[in-house]
Amino acid sequence: MSAALLQAFSMVFEPYTILVMVLASLYGLFVGAVPGLSATMAVALLVPVTFFMQPIPAIAAMVTATAMAIFSGDIPGCLLRIPGTPASAAYTDEAFAMTRKGMAETALGAGLVFSAVGGLFGTVVLIVAAPALADFALNFSSFEYFWLVLLGLTCAVFITSDRPLKGMITLLLGLLVACVGLGNPAGFPRFTFGNAEMTGGIGMIPMMIGMFAISEVIRFAVDTLPPGEVVVEKVGSVLSGQWALAKKYPVQILRGSVLGTAVGALPGAGADIAAWMSYAMSKKFSKEPEKFGTGHVEGIVESGSANNSALAGAWIPALVFGIPGDSITAIVIGVLYMKNLNPGPTLFTTNPQNIYAVFMLFIIANIIMIPLGILCIKVAKRILRVPRNVLMPLILLFCIVGAFAINNSLFDVGVMLAAGIVAYLLEENGFPIAPAILGVVLGGMLEENFITSMIKSDGNLAGFVARPIAASLAAVVLLVWLAPLLRKLWLRGRRTASSTAA
Amino acid sequence: MKFNDAIFGAILLALGIVVLAVVQGYPGIPGQQVGPALFPGLLAIGLCICGAMLLAKGGRERHAVAWVRLGDWAASPRHVLAAALVIGAVLFYIFASERLGFLPTAAISLLALMLAMRVPPGRALLIALIATLVIHTAFYKLLRVPLPWGVLTPIAW
Repeated sequence: MSAALLQAFSMVFEPYTILVMVLASLYGLFVGAVPGLSATMAVALLVPVTFFMQPIPAIAAMVTATAMAIFSGDIPGCLLRIPGTPASAAYTDEAFAMTRKGMAETALGAGLVFSAVGGLFGTVVLIVAAPALADFALNFSSFEYFWLVLLGLTCAVFITSDRPLKGMITLLLGLLVACVGLGNPAGFPRFTFGNAEMTGGIGMIPMMIGMFAISEVIRFAVDTLPPGEVVVEKVGSVLSGQWALAKKYPVQILRGSVLGTAVGALPGAGADIAAWMSYAMSKKFSKEPEKFGTGHVEGIVESGSANNSALAGAWIPALVFGIPGDSITAIVIGVLYMKNLNPGPTLFTTNPQNIYAVFMLFIIANIIMIPLGILCIKVAKRILRVPRNVLMPLILLFCIVGAFAINNSLFDVGVMLAAGIVAYLLEENGFPIAPAILGVVLGGMLEENFITSMIKSDGNLAGFVARPIAASLAAVVLLVWLAPLLRKLWLRGRRTASSTAA
Repeated sequence: MKFNDAIFGAILLALGIVVLAVVQGYPGIPGQQVGPALFPGLLAIGLCICGAMLLAKGGRERHAVAWVRLGDWAASPRHVLAAALVIGAVLFYIFASERLGFLPTAAISLLALMLAMRVPPGRALLIALIATLVIHTAFYKLLRVPLPWGVLTPIAW
């Protein structure tokens, strides 16, 4: 173990990796702080660059850029009332109210410090839980994996979306895209229309660049709203008063971190959902709920720690089962496969040094977030003034070159454009995008485990619930599927009861 | 651009039916009950069911929700042009970059987009030229991505 640790240490503290982390941090801070560019987009745009790196610097770039972007999304939320990334949206009104009361530095400082605390908490859970889970997962057969993948997809549709039907549709579309090509049990070219490029399947990375970046550029092009105005003229000392806040709200910090890690680990739910849930929870359990919405820091402390701990949480299922916790880890999984670091429990036994290195990267990313974050807040006014009408065309060109660079193929550029237009239209019409991404990423795994299980059990569906863990997972899946129906029945029952009582 | 759910429902229903029809022709694996048609077939049935539900929902709401509703941008020629250019620039790259080369294709696209997004012409030209050269150097020289030279092949560096 110590040899692996040492090896991990030397990989992480190589000058090249450190340089990559610093550059990725600055990039992440910038992308997060510019409204309209999300953390997911930051990672999607990074992929073509990481393609040319060794595995560890590549992961380092993605981990640091995401952590920074999730924090720096707070900056425009606080100063312009426009959240930089969706994960900051939950407490944007609160932070802006604080800015109007002249407390911008407290709001930004709380976002920064407690983001780092939440991130470190999530990392500790990742370090403790992931190896133990991986040990457990080594006993899994195709039956358990089938249910596990189905559970992940089910959660993405039913728990994280307020429109289960539309989520189901985007999930099915994603799974259908995953069917394209030769990658199926019979090696038969499906839906290729005789096109040689399509026999290899639809490239996941160009698709994601399209769905997260091109759709955003289109949205900017048709946005008729005027840009927001920066309210604050000067931001004072960011760190002052944070220790007092930490002493005042220890329960809130812990609760936010725990909830964030748990929500992050749930497939399909990412940092944004963690932040919303955590903010609501903070208000519910607060001693002074009436202060929420008037510029009160308590909710920012709790949901700020939640959104960053969710990032580490999302890596738990990604590393252990190869099942992404959110759309960012979905992209990362694609990169891991490209680097021959196939995620799954065997990664812990065959390549422990890589796992240790990932753990170290998380710790470093969350620590350097504080000094770099302070720097970012200091120059925030300048970043917020970067003209987006210059930035968006540049991002478009970057997307084109990035999609092309993966396979040096113009076909992938076409895939990117099509995915971008479809994603834009779907989102405009209330279809959630995350299930589609999970469908594309997990489609192959779902089909493979389904077909293998069918063959093993000779087509007998009872085989799917013959093993105890498989049966329990099946029961949970069924419960999630039936939950909306049960809720409806329960509500109807209560209504009838109350009307008979009246 | 918002559509009534019924339109999406009809498209998805049609897609499901087409997929079902296509997978009928897929071969089975000898000696096994499951083949390459099973999984996409199940997905297609799912699409048909969801599509039908959406169609019914959209139909019920047809008096309240218009079939197609364009955003505010549709009334503004500037925004229509910008959106068309975003899509046009990618298509232009796909069809022209091999012959014209990366440098001219990228510079023209950037310039057109920035002008459409109201960047002053002088600044737009300068940024388009510099950004094209920087991205080209980063990807072609540093990352070794074979970006095409096209008409500039004689002076390739």
